[in-house]
Amino acid sequence: MDGGSGIMLSELRTMWEVLKHTFTKAETVQYPEEMPYLSPRYRGRIVLTRDPDGEERCVACNLCAAVCPVDCIALQKETRADGTWYPEFFRINFSRCIMCGMCEEACPTYAIQLTPDFEMCEYDRQNMVYEKENLLINGVGKYPDYNFYRVSGMQTATKDKGEAKNEAAPIDPKSLLP
Amino acid sequence: MSELIPVLLALIILIGGVIVAAVLTWFERRLLGVWQDRYGPNRLGPLGIGQVLADMIKLLFKDDWVPPFADKVVFIFAPTAIVVAMMMGFAVVPFAPGMMIIDVNIGLLFFLGMTSLAVYSVLLGGLASNNKYALLGGLRSAAQMVSYEVFMGLSLMGVVMMSGSFSLVAIVEAQTDLWFCFSQILGLIVFVIAGIAESHRLPFDLPEAEHELTAGFHTEYGGMKFAMFMLGEYLGLMLISCMIVTLFFGGWHGPALIGHWLPPLFWFGFKVFFVICFFVLLRAAIPRPRYDQLMSLGWKVMLPITLINLVITGAVLLWMEGAG
Amino acid sequence: MPTIYVDDQALEVAQGENILEACLNAGLDLPYFCWHPAMGSIGSCRQCAVVQYQNEEDTKGRIVMGCMTPVTEGARFSLNTDNASKFREAVVESLMLNHPHDCPVCGEGGECHLQDMTVMVGHRDRRYTGKKNTHRNQYLGPLIHHEMNRCITCYRCERYYRDYAGGNDLAAQASHDHVYFGRHEEGVLQSEFSGNLVEVCPTGVFTDKPFLKHYSRKWDLQSAPSICSGCAVGCNIAPAERYGKLKRVHNRYNHEVNGYFLCDRGRFGSGYINSDSRLDYAGIKKPDGSFMAVHQQQAIDTAVEWVKNKKVAGIGSPRGSIEANYLLRELVGAANFVPGFSDREAGILKAIVRILKTTTAINPSIKQMETADAILILGEDVTNTAPRVALGLRQAVRNKAFELAAQMGLPQWQDAAVRNLAQDQRSPMIIVSATDTRLDDVASQCISLSPDDIAAFGYGVAEALSGRKSQDEMVNQVAAVLAGANNPLVISGASMLHEGIVNSAVAVAEQLHSCDKPSMLSLCVAESNSLGLALLVDDPNSDANMSIANLTKQASDFDVVIVLENSLERRGLSEQIDSLYKANTKVISMDILENTTLANSDLVLPAASYAESQGTVVNSEGRAQRYFPVYQPSTERLPSWQWLLKLAVGCEHGGLANLEYFDQVVAACANSQAAFGRLVDVAPMRDYRNQGLKVPRQTHRYSGRTAMHAGVSVHEPQQPQDSQSPLTFSMEGLNRESPAALMPYVWSPGWNSNQSLQKFQAEVDGPLKGGTAGVHLISSDASGAVEPAVPITPTLKPHHWRLVPVHQVHGSDEMSVNTDEIAQLAGRAFIAVGAKLAEKLGVTEGDGLIVAPHNTELSLQVKILSRVAKNCVGFSAGYLETLDLQPGDLVTLSKDEAWVQPTSTVIATDRGPAHV
Ligand code: SF4
Ligand code: SF4
Ligand code: SF4
Ligand code: SF4
Ligand code: FES
Repeated sequence: MDGGSGIMLSELRTMWEVLKHTFTKAETVQYPEEMPYLSPRYRGRIVLTRDPDGEERCVACNLCAAVCPVDCIALQKETRADGTWYPEFFRINFSRCIMCGMCEEACPTYAIQLTPDFEMCEYDRQNMVYEKENLLINGVGKYPDYNFYRVSGMQTATKDKGEAKNEAAPIDPKSLLP
Repeated sequence: MSELIPVLLALIILIGGVIVAAVLTWFERRLLGVWQDRYGPNRLGPLGIGQVLADMIKLLFKDDWVPPFADKVVFIFAPTAIVVAMMMGFAVVPFAPGMMIIDVNIGLLFFLGMTSLAVYSVLLGGLASNNKYALLGGLRSAAQMVSYEVFMGLSLMGVVMMSGSFSLVAIVEAQTDLWFCFSQILGLIVFVIAGIAESHRLPFDLPEAEHELTAGFHTEYGGMKFAMFMLGEYLGLMLISCMIVTLFFGGWHGPALIGHWLPPLFWFGFKVFFVICFFVLLRAAIPRPRYDQLMSLGWKVMLPITLINLVITGAVLLWMEGAG
Repeated sequence: MPTIYVDDQALEVAQGENILEACLNAGLDLPYFCWHPAMGSIGSCRQCAVVQYQNEEDTKGRIVMGCMTPVTEGARFSLNTDNASKFREAVVESLMLNHPHDCPVCGEGGECHLQDMTVMVGHRDRRYTGKKNTHRNQYLGPLIHHEMNRCITCYRCERYYRDYAGGNDLAAQASHDHVYFGRHEEGVLQSEFSGNLVEVCPTGVFTDKPFLKHYSRKWDLQSAPSICSGCAVGCNIAPAERYGKLKRVHNRYNHEVNGYFLCDRGRFGSGYINSDSRLDYAGIKKPDGSFMAVHQQQAIDTAVEWVKNKKVAGIGSPRGSIEANYLLRELVGAANFVPGFSDREAGILKAIVRILKTTTAINPSIKQMETADAILILGEDVTNTAPRVALGLRQAVRNKAFELAAQMGLPQWQDAAVRNLAQDQRSPMIIVSATDTRLDDVASQCISLSPDDIAAFGYGVAEALSGRKSQDEMVNQVAAVLAGANNPLVISGASMLHEGIVNSAVAVAEQLHSCDKPSMLSLCVAESNSLGLALLVDDPNSDANMSIANLTKQASDFDVVIVLENSLERRGLSEQIDSLYKANTKVISMDILENTTLANSDLVLPAASYAESQGTVVNSEGRAQRYFPVYQPSTERLPSWQWLLKLAVGCEHGGLANLEYFDQVVAACANSQAAFGRLVDVAPMRDYRNQGLKVPRQTHRYSGRTAMHAGVSVHEPQQPQDSQSPLTFSMEGLNRESPAALMPYVWSPGWNSNQSLQKFQAEVDGPLKGGTAGVHLISSDASGAVEPAVPITPTLKPHHWRLVPVHQVHGSDEMSVNTDEIAQLAGRAFIAVGAKLAEKLGVTEGDGLIVAPHNTELSLQVKILSRVAKNCVGFSAGYLETLDLQPGDLVTLSKDEAWVQPTSTVIATDRGPAHV
C-alpha cells in the first residue's frame, strides 16, 4: 500500500477472491459429533511400547528427556539382573507436553511413540502426569520388528556376546592364533 | 404527539443500537466464517445466535477490575465516551422521511463532531491504563484519527457542494435522481477508507494491533468496560454505514423504478446491511498495513484525491451554473 | 617462540610443544584419542592427523600426526585440507568397525570422547557390512565396570594404569584386531587409582560402577565445586547430584593439587551420603534411651535452653569446616574448646603447625613435588595416607628419565621414546618405614625400621648431611643421595603418631636447605581439615589447649558438651569417652551418619554432608579451599555451621548473634586470627556475578525440569534459592570465565566429555583460565624449626611386639568406609606380620591371631607383609575393631585356634547369568 494504484487493485482482487468463498463449503470438522481422520503418524498421546518379545523397549537412555523442549520427561535408569537397562520410573507431564514428537525421533529403541489420540483432557491437572504404568502398552506400536538388544552388543539373559546382529563369536585374548 | 416521536425514536435507537451491535458481533463472526471456509459460532441456539447472549453473560460476570496503577477516573470514563459519542451521532441520521430524532441544518457537521469525539475515548483509555502497549495504542489512534478526520471532512465537501446544504435530509433529497456514489465516486472512496480508519476497524485497527501491542489501548480493560469499547466500535461501524448510505447511496431512496414497492425504511436498512457486509469483507480479506503505510496512504494519496475531487466538483458546478 | 602456520594462519607457539598442543592452545578443534596432557603422545590412534607442507610452494604436503610432530619455526600445516579431514574421518570410521551399537546403554554416553570426535570428523554412516569383533567382559571389582566391545585401542588405559599409576594388573593382551585390555583373569583391580580409568578411557570400556547403579547422564547432573573430604590432600572434586541423591564424584582440575586424577577413596568414597544411616531428624533422648524426633526449631529451642548461660564445652572436628569449628569455639569460648583430635594427634599437629610456620624448607604442592629429583619418605605409607601425593611421587621418580631425554634432545611428551630410553632408571626415592608401602616398587631403597628408629635414622641423615658421618652406612648412603640432588623432597607425617619422626624429617629438610638446596618438606596429616583445625587452636598466647583426656576427666564441671561432627571413639580410649557419657553432662552432637557418639548424646542434630553444605578446609599444604553445596540438604538436615549459628543466635551470643550469611562467618573468622586473614579470598563471595549472573550448577541441557517433581505435584516448585553462595541451583548463567574456585563442571560446545577441560585451561596442561583455586594460609618466617632429637630408650620385652599403624586407602578413613563398595574393599581389620614371624606363630594369611595389649585381647585376621621392622607388628589403623589399639603399645601374639577363616569371597562376574 505504498500509494500505487496497482496495489489498490491487488486489494480489490483479494476481496473478490475472498468473496468467492461465499459459495464454498466449510472445512471445519464438527468434532465430537464427527470424528476427524488421524493418520497413524499423528502426534498425540505418548506411549511406551514393547519389543516383539514382549519386553519393555525403553532402555532408559534419557535421550528423549534431553531432547524434549519443555523438559516434561523424567526417568531414572535401573539395571536388571542380566545387566540390561530399564527405567525405574518414567514420567511424562502431559500438562507441559507440546506433542512435538522430538522424543520419538530421539529414541534409539522405538520405545517412545506418539499415537493418534488427543482426547486427554482432565479436570485435575495432576491427572495429566503419566507414570510408566500409564504409558506402557502391550504392543510394538508402529515398529513391529525392532528389538534394540538384538542389534546392540550388550550381553543379555537370552543373548551371549557375539550373538547380536553382525557379530562374530567372542575373541579369546589368550589364544595365539591369528 | 409529534413531539413524542423523536423521544420514542431516540429510545428505540438507544436500545436497538445496543441490540444490533450485539447481534453484529455474532453476525460478523459468522460472515467471516463463511468467507474463511469455517463456521464461526454455531453451537448455541439456532445458527449459534445464542453466542451473543453467552458473550454478554460472560462479560457481565467478569471481575470489574481497575488496575492499581491506572488513573482510575479517566480509566472508567474512557469507554463510556465512545459509546456516548457514537449514540449521539445517530441523532441526526435520517432513517426514513420524518424518521429521525432531529433534523438540524448542520447535521453533517454534528456527525463529524461526534466521530471525532470518539478519539478521546481511545486516547484517554490508552493514557489512563498506564501501560506501554496501551499508551502506544492510544498514540497511534490519536495520530490516525486526527489525520483521517481531515480527509473525511474534505471528502464530504463535494457532497455538500452538490446538495448545497449540511442538512442530511437535504442531502438525501438531493439524491432523488442520482445517488452521489456516481458523481462523488472519489469522495466515496476516501470517505469509506477514512471511515474505516475512524472506527479503527480492520484492516486499520492499528491502535489495538494485537500482534504488536498485545491489545493496544484496551490492553488493561476487561469485563463490561471492555464490552463498552466493543459496543462503541460496533456502533461506530453502524454509524459509518448509515452515513455512507445517507451521503452516497441515496439514504432511504430505493432504486429507480422499484423503489416505491417497498417502504423507505426498508431500503435504508437494506443498504446499510450491505455496507456492513462490505466492511466485514474488508476484514476478512485485507491484512493490516504498517503504521507508516497507513499514514503515508492518508497524506500522500487520500489528501490529493480529496483535493482533486473538490476542484473537479467545484469546476463542474461552476460550469453547470454557467451553462444553466 | 616459534611461529607456525596452520591453514595459513600464523600462530605463536611455545618452544617444545607438539602441533596438537599448539592447535588446542590456539582454540582449534583437532580431534585426538591417545594423547593425554598428563601422559604425552604415543601416536597410536592416528586421529590427530594434519597435513604438513615443506614450504609455501608445496601444495601437496604429507600427513603427519599432530601429537608426534614438534613445532619448528616457520613450519606449515593444514587441519582443514581435504586430505587431513578425510583421513581423520576414515580413522574414526575404522575405529567404529567393531563398535557394539550400545551408546544408549553405555555409562559414557553423553560425555563420550568417541562420540564427540565422531561428530567432529563428520563420520555418520556405516559402510562396513562384515562381522564385528566381540570380547567378553571381566569383573574388575566393585568400582569399575568393563565393557570391552567399546574399545578403540588407544592404549590410554594401559598407559595410565601401568605407566602413570604404577599398577600391574591391567594390560593390553593379544595382538592385531584382537587386542584386549583387562586383567590376566577376572578380579578386583589392585591400584588405588583405578577410578581414573573412567575419565582416562575416551570410550565406555571403563565406567564408574557405583554410578551406573543409579545412573544419570552428565547433562542431567547438578554439580558444584567441592573439595574431597577423604584425606588432607584436598583434591578438588565435582560431586554431582540428581533426584536428591549424590550420583558420582568427578575430578575437578586443580593445576597444583590433583591435576587430572583422584584416588579411589575420593572418587568412590562418598556413597555414604546416600546411606540409610543418615540422620533425617533431630532427636531428643527419652528416658528409655530412645530418641524422639523433633523439628529443627524445637531442637534449637531445646539446645538454647540447655546452653544459654550455662557452662559449655565444645569438641571440634578435623573433618568439619573451619567455619563450623570457629563458630563452636566462639560459642563455648576458646578455653572450653577441644579441637577433637586424639591427644597424641593434637600434639603432633601442634608441632606441624609450628614447623610449617617456621621451617626454612618449602612446603610444596603436588605439582612442585613432581619436580623433585630425590625423595626421602620417613615413616609414611603415602599411598594410603595421602594417596594423590603418592601418584605425584610416581611421576617425580621419572625426572631421571626426563633428564636423560633432555640430554638426547627428546621432548618430554614423546612418552614411549622417553620410557624406552630410561627403562628402569628412576630418580632416587628412599622409603624408611615400619612396614612395606605401596610405593616400594618405585623406591630405590626401602628400609624397615621401628618408629623410634625411623626418627633416629632421620636425625642421622641430617647429621651426615652436615658432615658428621654416621656409623650406619645406610644413613651415609641416603645422605649422599640427597646431597647429590638439586631438588630434594622429604616427606613425613602424622600417620605413625610419632612426633620424633616428623621432627627428624624437619631436621633433614632444613639441613638440605642449609646446603643451599631448595629443599621441600611435605608433612601428611590425617583428615581433610586437620590442619585448619590445628591452626584454629594454635594460639601463641596460651598453651592451655584442653585435651580430650582433660575434658573427659572434668566432664561433670560442664553442664553441656557440644560435639561437632566427631565420633569420639576414634579420639580417645573407650573408657575415657565412656566417662564423658556417664557424667551428668548433657551431650549435644551433630553428625552426618549414625555413630556411637550420637547414640550416647542427649540431643542429636542431623548435619549436612560436605556435598550439601559450604565450608573451607585447609589441606596439608596449608592451602585453604572452599567447597560448595551440590544440592540442598533434604529433610531436616542443616549444615553444621547453620546449626551452630542458630544456636548462637538463640543464645544471643555477643559476637555471633548478628551474623546471618556464610560470608559473614568467614569474615568474622578471618578477623579473629591473623592466620585466617586470607580466608575471605579463598573463593568469591556470594555477591559474585559472572556477566550479571550467578554460576550455574546445572548444565544448559538439564532435562526433566517440568516432570521430575510432577510425581508429587504437578504444580512446579520454585527452584531452591541459594542465598549463601555465588552458585545457583539452575541452568541459567555462564559456566566459563569464572574463577577456578567456581567451576562446577566442564563442558564446551562440541566437547561433551571431560576432555573439554582443555577449553578451560589457559594452556594445555596449564592452570585454569580462572587461576588456581585455593589460598595458602601458612607462610613460614624461615626461622628454622629443628628440634633436638629426643633420646629414646627402647623398652623391649621378650615375646612382645610393638604395634605400628598400617593405613589403608579403603578402610582407615572414617567416613568413606560407610560406602558399600569401599567397605567391601576394606575387608576386615587385620594384624600385619612379617613372613618370618607368621611362620614362628604358625599362622598364614587369613588365620586369626589373638592380640593382647594391656589387659584386653582381641582376635584379628592375619595379613602377611613383605617387610616389617624388627619387633614390630602392624594393625589396621582406623578400623572400628582396632580403635583401642594404640601405636607404640607392646602386645603379645598367639594363634587363635578358634578362628574361622572367612570364606573366600566368590568373584562375582559381569557376565550374564546364563553364560559362564
Ligand atoms: S512430544 Fe515433545 S514436548 Fe512432548 S514429551 Fe515428546 S519431546 Fe517433550
Ligand atoms: S529415548 Fe527411548 S529408550 Fe531412551 S529413555 Fe527415552 S524412551 Fe527410553
Ligand atoms: S579400553 Fe579405553 S583407554 Fe583402553 S585402549 Fe580401549 S578405548 Fe583406549
Ligand atoms: S588423595 Fe585424598 S583428597 Fe585426594 S581424592 Fe584421594 S582421598 Fe580425596
Ligand atoms: S592423538 Fe595423535 S595419534 Fe592419537
